[in-house]
Amino acid sequence: MSRISDRFASLHAARRPGLIPFITAGDPLPGATVAVMHALVEAGADLIELGVPFSDPMADGPVIQHASERALAQGVGLAQILGWVREFRTRDTATPVVLMGYLNPVEIHGVQRFAAEAVEAGVDGVLLVDCPVEEIATARPLREAGLDQIFLAAPTTDPARLEKVCAAAQGFLYYVSFAGITGAGHLSTEAVRERVGQIRRLARTPVAVGFGVKDAASAAAIAQFADAVVIGSALVDTLAHSADAAEAVRRAGAFLAPIRAALDALRTGHAA
Amino acid sequence: MSIDFHTLPDAHGRFGAYGGVYVAETLMAPLAELTAAYERLRTDPAFIAEYEHDLKHYVGRPSPIYHAERLSRKVGGAQILLKREDLNHTGAHKINNTIGQALVAKHMGKRRIIAETGAGQHGVASATVCARLGIPCVVYMGAVDVERQAINVYRMKLLGAEVVPVQSGSKTLKDALNEALRDWVTNVEDTFYMIGTVAGPHPYPQMVRDFNAVVGREARAQMLEQYGRLPHALVACVGGGSNAIGLFHAFLNDADVAIYGAEAAGDGIETGRHAASLAAGRPGVLHGNRTYVICDDNGQIIETHSVSAGLDYPGVGPEHAYLKDSGRARYLGVTDAEALAAFHELARTEGILAALESSHAVAQGIKLARELPRDQLVLVNLSGRGDKDVHTIARREGLDLT
Repeated sequence: MSRISDRFASLHAARRPGLIPFITAGDPLPGATVAVMHALVEAGADLIELGVPFSDPMADGPVIQHASERALAQGVGLAQILGWVREFRTRDTATPVVLMGYLNPVEIHGVQRFAAEAVEAGVDGVLLVDCPVEEIATARPLREAGLDQIFLAAPTTDPARLEKVCAAAQGFLYYVSFAGITGAGHLSTEAVRERVGQIRRLARTPVAVGFGVKDAASAAAIAQFADAVVIGSALVDTLAHSADAAEAVRRAGAFLAPIRAALDALRTGHAA
Repeated sequence: MSIDFHTLPDAHGRFGAYGGVYVAETLMAPLAELTAAYERLRTDPAFIAEYEHDLKHYVGRPSPIYHAERLSRKVGGAQILLKREDLNHTGAHKINNTIGQALVAKHMGKRRIIAETGAGQHGVASATVCARLGIPCVVYMGAVDVERQAINVYRMKLLGAEVVPVQSGSKTLKDALNEALRDWVTNVEDTFYMIGTVAGPHPYPQMVRDFNAVVGREARAQMLEQYGRLPHALVACVGGGSNAIGLFHAFLNDADVAIYGAEAAGDGIETGRHAASLAAGRPGVLHGNRTYVICDDNGQIIETHSVSAGLDYPGVGPEHAYLKDSGRARYLGVTDAEALAAFHELARTEGILAALESSHAVAQGIKLARELPRDQLVLVNLSGRGDKDVHTIARREGLDLT
């Protein structure tokens, strides 16, 4: 069992929907990332997605693009990010950490080398946005090293592909709630509910839903039928305006706590 | 054992280790839909006839091969021949591809076309075919390029296209591509993405090559007809690489024909300010395919530099990456200064204003011809005309035309 499946198993047992915040590593301040991760856990995060900034984030909207640009301007790279995960693990050995980003930084670092270093640092899973299941061979060293390879499913994913994606998925499946970029806003809860229902019948992993979740209300709406909700752009946008690390920590907690409360208020146990 | 270069890419869109489909999940379905449509159309005689009819009657093909006699004499080496893609409607090879993709879009029933552009040639070629089809056209263009290619921006607007300046990243071609991909992922149902070069995810490198391959097919037949032999060498400029692969493709299995790509060396490869992905980059993944990219040790794409907006791209088509590794083609850097010198040389000796992109090929052609005996033939792809660049050239020379 991986740290990710352990976490989802205990969420399931507690009939609790999972809450997965996404932050761009190194934004708004490289020195704040580890403290923000701890603050998110204290405010109720079940798993943390740490975005690896890339110069050409073709699937991301303006909020995460700008976060990446800010982080890159401060020289944030993979080695530093793995260092932050290692530091996070000295105080938190339970909360899974997933790195989310694009292939090129991993390729240039060396997939094999990255896999070994990520495992050593305490990373649990990797989501490579531009590595669909067809190119799975590229990421084989990640699996071999024991990292969960997280895949995306989208509204455009047809049934045949969905089976392939579900078969390959490890840890959890990330369902992209609408065809678009991160941070865009048109979430149709009913359409998502229907799709997630189909996916949950096929998937052997839990299903998390992201894109378009921006506050307690939208998170609670999705959590009625998903195993977990991912919330990214809205959080990244909130952190962006922090003057210093202490403020980023405060903002992270203040942002996530009401969402956690809204999810806990559900506790309807849809997964039963 | 010789390689049959005409069998590539494979079913997964791979040219050896390069190419493939490296995109976010949402784009997998529209790419599969496009691949299926293109696979059906590319062998459909009615589709081919329609495409060839448009090339002849709308684009004005075939384009001639012109013997640059005065230039050759001045250089004093091999004879320099120019494949005159600059004489096509809209002034560059780019129209060969947009005519083809527009027909594919029409057959697929798409109601909106998006494109990215660097120098603006592909944007103009896209706006042109959209005007003819009566389909709305949105062109993404880096804000820096909007600035330095004002004439082409206005041409696109005259043709009814909407030009969206892209403010992210380095504000050049790569960022325009990112933004076009973001548009496509948001509007997958009704939108056709018309990529302007042999990059991007499969099937684009293949499809764009096939639509530009008319250049080499024509050139090969013209060489045999006009000169009774194939050229000693081919030269073309390489940014994304569409005009180059268009010229090269028909000759790839002709082992005696040497093939040279001229990349933008900007201020010089050693300065770091260049756009020579093959000569100075490394294998990586960008814009949906595995290819040579210009990036730092963290895998971040580096801002490139070239006087020519159309070559200012940190990646390159995956087939070129394959041709480089296999040794079939050689890719050499041509600096801004060398390209500008070639621009002037061609203007003064032959009365042709070449695009700055194509001037890189002319410069490489001159260098190569100088080393070769007079009875040899060097065929240079004059991929576009230079009218769009006169302001840039004037500015570099301290003149203000406004």
